[in-house]
Amino acid sequence: MDALDLARWQFGITTVYHFLFVPLTIGLSVVVAVMQTMWVRTGRVEHLRATRFFGKLFLINFAMGVVTGIVQEFQFGMNWSAYSTFVGDVFGAPLALEALLAFFLESTFLGLWIFGWDRLPKRVHLATIWAAAVGSNLSAYFILAANAWMRHPVGFTVEPGVGGAPDRARMTDIWAVLSNDQAWSTYLHVLGASFVVAGLFVVAVSAYRLWRHHDSDTGMFRGALRAGLVTTALAGAVVSLSGHHQAQLMAEYEPMKLASAEALWDTEAPAGFSVFAVGDTVAREDVIDIRVPSLLSVLATDSLDGRVEGVNDLQAQYEQRFGPGDYVPNVPVLYWAFRLMIGLGVAGIAVGVVGLWLTRRGRLPRRDWMYAVAVLGLPAALAANICGWILTELGRQPWTVVGELLTAASVSPGVSLGEVAFSLSAFTLVYGVLAVVEARLLWAYVKKGPGHVTPDVEPGERVPAFTY
Amino acid sequence: MDLPLVWFVAIAVLWTGYFVLEGFDFGVGVLLPAVGRDETGRRVMINAIGPVWDGNEVWLITALGATFAAFPAWYAGLLSGFYPVVLLIVLALIGRGVAFEYRGKAETAAGRARWDAAIVAGSAVPAFGWGLVFANSLRGVELGADGVVRSSLLSLLSPYALLGGVALLSLCTLHGALFLGLKTDGPVRARARTAARASAVVAIPAVAVFGMWTVGADGPGWTWVVPLAGAVALVGAVALAAAGREGWAFIAGAGAVVALSVLVFAGLYPAVLPSLVSPEFDLTVAGAASGEYTLGIMSVIALVFLPLVVGYQAWSYWVFRRRVRPEHVGG
Ligand code: HDD
Ligand code: HEM
Ligand code: HEM
Repeated sequence: MDALDLARWQFGITTVYHFLFVPLTIGLSVVVAVMQTMWVRTGRVEHLRATRFFGKLFLINFAMGVVTGIVQEFQFGMNWSAYSTFVGDVFGAPLALEALLAFFLESTFLGLWIFGWDRLPKRVHLATIWAAAVGSNLSAYFILAANAWMRHPVGFTVEPGVGGAPDRARMTDIWAVLSNDQAWSTYLHVLGASFVVAGLFVVAVSAYRLWRHHDSDTGMFRGALRAGLVTTALAGAVVSLSGHHQAQLMAEYEPMKLASAEALWDTEAPAGFSVFAVGDTVAREDVIDIRVPSLLSVLATDSLDGRVEGVNDLQAQYEQRFGPGDYVPNVPVLYWAFRLMIGLGVAGIAVGVVGLWLTRRGRLPRRDWMYAVAVLGLPAALAANICGWILTELGRQPWTVVGELLTAASVSPGVSLGEVAFSLSAFTLVYGVLAVVEARLLWAYVKKGPGHVTPDVEPGERVPAFTY
Repeated sequence: MDLPLVWFVAIAVLWTGYFVLEGFDFGVGVLLPAVGRDETGRRVMINAIGPVWDGNEVWLITALGATFAAFPAWYAGLLSGFYPVVLLIVLALIGRGVAFEYRGKAETAAGRARWDAAIVAGSAVPAFGWGLVFANSLRGVELGADGVVRSSLLSLLSPYALLGGVALLSLCTLHGALFLGLKTDGPVRARARTAARASAVVAIPAVAVFGMWTVGADGPGWTWVVPLAGAVALVGAVALAAAGREGWAFIAGAGAVVALSVLVFAGLYPAVLPSLVSPEFDLTVAGAASGEYTLGIMSVIALVFLPLVVGYQAWSYWVFRRRVRPEHVGG
């Protein structure tokens, strides 16, 4: 156990935690903006109540997204100073752009939205939630472009350090960094995945209210349920198509990740997609393996008999290129992360598609278990998101920047084991407590329902602000 | 044009923006129990900064992001070198951010009291901590030939550094009291005036002594005017507040924050992290800077977007220009 291991655990724990809130912010900001738009256009109080109710839940989540994001902004410098010094020239730029172009927009206009209900004209007030939603969705692009660059570095050269100083990357083309195919493909995939989560959040809340509380808001939640289901199904299509593209990019830029995620030990053409395998990671071979013939070839290369390289061949190639070392990531974790992402995510999307059928023409499902399944779609989609990130990040190992910088060379040389151990414990503790607080608050507000969020408002009347 | 110098100034501007803006909401947080004696008073105070505190905090995020991009080695050395202090600041900011949002949703008085404690600690620790970090930056850090900053918690707590912490914390407290005088009404406004006077008793000498000490140790010749101007601004601020000229008082207080920030960055230049080991190991503006290309692109983007940001943030302050009164929070 050294500072490197703990720093990796800390990064993993804090980013996964941050990403529990991120997809909801990205998706719900737009969902709430659409609800409010409907209120402004139709003047129906039902839409206002939906806006206020889901808006409250959105804000409870947003607060956690903000404070956990701040940790990330500091963490590169605290634990990964060697990494930061090497990449800052290239990687820092999107982070600075994210703050300047997106975070200012998001935070300032959300402040205006929360407190501006009775200060701003209706349409200006509506514009503020849209500005905040644009900010959230824009911020994701910049951070994902930075992350995509680590997997497919472009638009830079490496300047060797003189007199013992470390090497540094130098950006040569910002457009190449921002228009990286890995960046926009990841963006589509992550945005799609975020809207699946947000859609299923609306579905879960509405289903719970319809199932357990028969009150005057049935009409509102019926509408919200449909809206959530539509969001989930549409976003599901985006996730699936972009996921296919992600797999192709992976085959091209990070073949080792693909081979590991498939537990494909030896090169094959055509290659089958493994559905269930038990392998021996020491001997690097499978003991049990159930496969769908040619599916992996199609996923990775779009052809039935495309060639997919195996772990053993790649390891030999890498040793030749980069010198001796172990270039194989954690195969069992990647293998299961890949399958769980697809399995749980597609299960969530299925809730959306099947739900649309069950609620056609104003119907509502009658059986209790159907509502229970609708509620379970949400944790499934969140788990799929996390598995996707585990696949992406652990699959990149042993590199932080593929082919350029090893994780082992990225950590802060001046920071001690004790310091990282302390910060890791502190974050884990604080995050654990906050998780309980946040979950209880969300639950309390869902249970209270919209009646307590907004008094009955007549059309045209001024709406009181949310205040602290 | 010398782009690294331009970016050093840009980063100084971002930090200054952060201290001026979040400075007052730190002050409001610190004063929460003293000035907001009852529930209504506290809610008046929190709602006075409610619409803007998150936007203020983004100045910090932008300052860090811009440092990462323009001076990667500074970003890395600052955050890893002051590890324990930075960690406490981050934890404090977490508690504070969540507390603003969740306080009003607490069911019991005990629950609210816990969030209040998070707001007070979450405001005081970063104000003190950043003072500590920048005072230590001025004094110099253990920085050897390998370019790695190593420092122990104990070495960070020199008298000079502690004074830096006290100066920034008391200055923010005073700044927050002046802000409350300007932005609230009722009992909070009256108590804020007393609080301004009380915090000035610490802030004025702390800023003046810290300033002169800094000028004596690091400052270029002309900088002695800066702490003097800061102290005069603070005396003026308290006098103006007592005379009921709350707008001008607030501006004078903000001027003192700007003065302190100017002093710090002028004192650092041309280094960003001076070495205690030997001046030849100093991390300098030139040595830490990113390439011409990155700095050039970022200059264009900053020139276009920073004015836009300032514009819409100013608009949001305009929208919420009304004083917050007890009846606005149902008191
Ligand atoms: C795909 C999207 C995505 C990803 C991968 C990340 N974030 Fe994030 N971040 C967001 C999407 C987002 C957001 C949707 O914009 C948030 C979430 C909730 C929120 O309030 O804004 C946010 C908030 C947020 C904040 C607070 C902004 C504020 O005060 O308003 C910071 C400083 C960061 N993030 C920084 C990071 C860093 C350094 C990351 C890299 C490890 C990171 N985020 C991963
Ligand atoms: C928000 C979604 C993200 C999740 C869930 C995530 C997950 C992880 C995990 C689990 C690790 C630990 C890897 C290991 O121990 O081997 C890790 C490491 C890391 N990730 Fe991410 N990550 C996310 C986003 C990002 C982004 C956007 C960046 C860059 C901007 C990034 C950069 C890194 C770095 C620098 C490390 C440390 C080096 C390493 O151990 O790989 N991550 N991440
Ligand atoms: C439908 C089949 C899917 C395929 C073929 C697929 C494919 C992929 C691939 C190959 C990656 C790794 C990209 C890389 O490391 O370069 C990935 C990442 C990811 N996946 Fe999926 N995915 C699918 C469904 C889903 C679903 C349903 C969700 C969530 C609802 C999801 C969420 C994510 C996330 C959050 C990431 C990490 C970000 C990224 O690298 O794009 N995926 N996916």
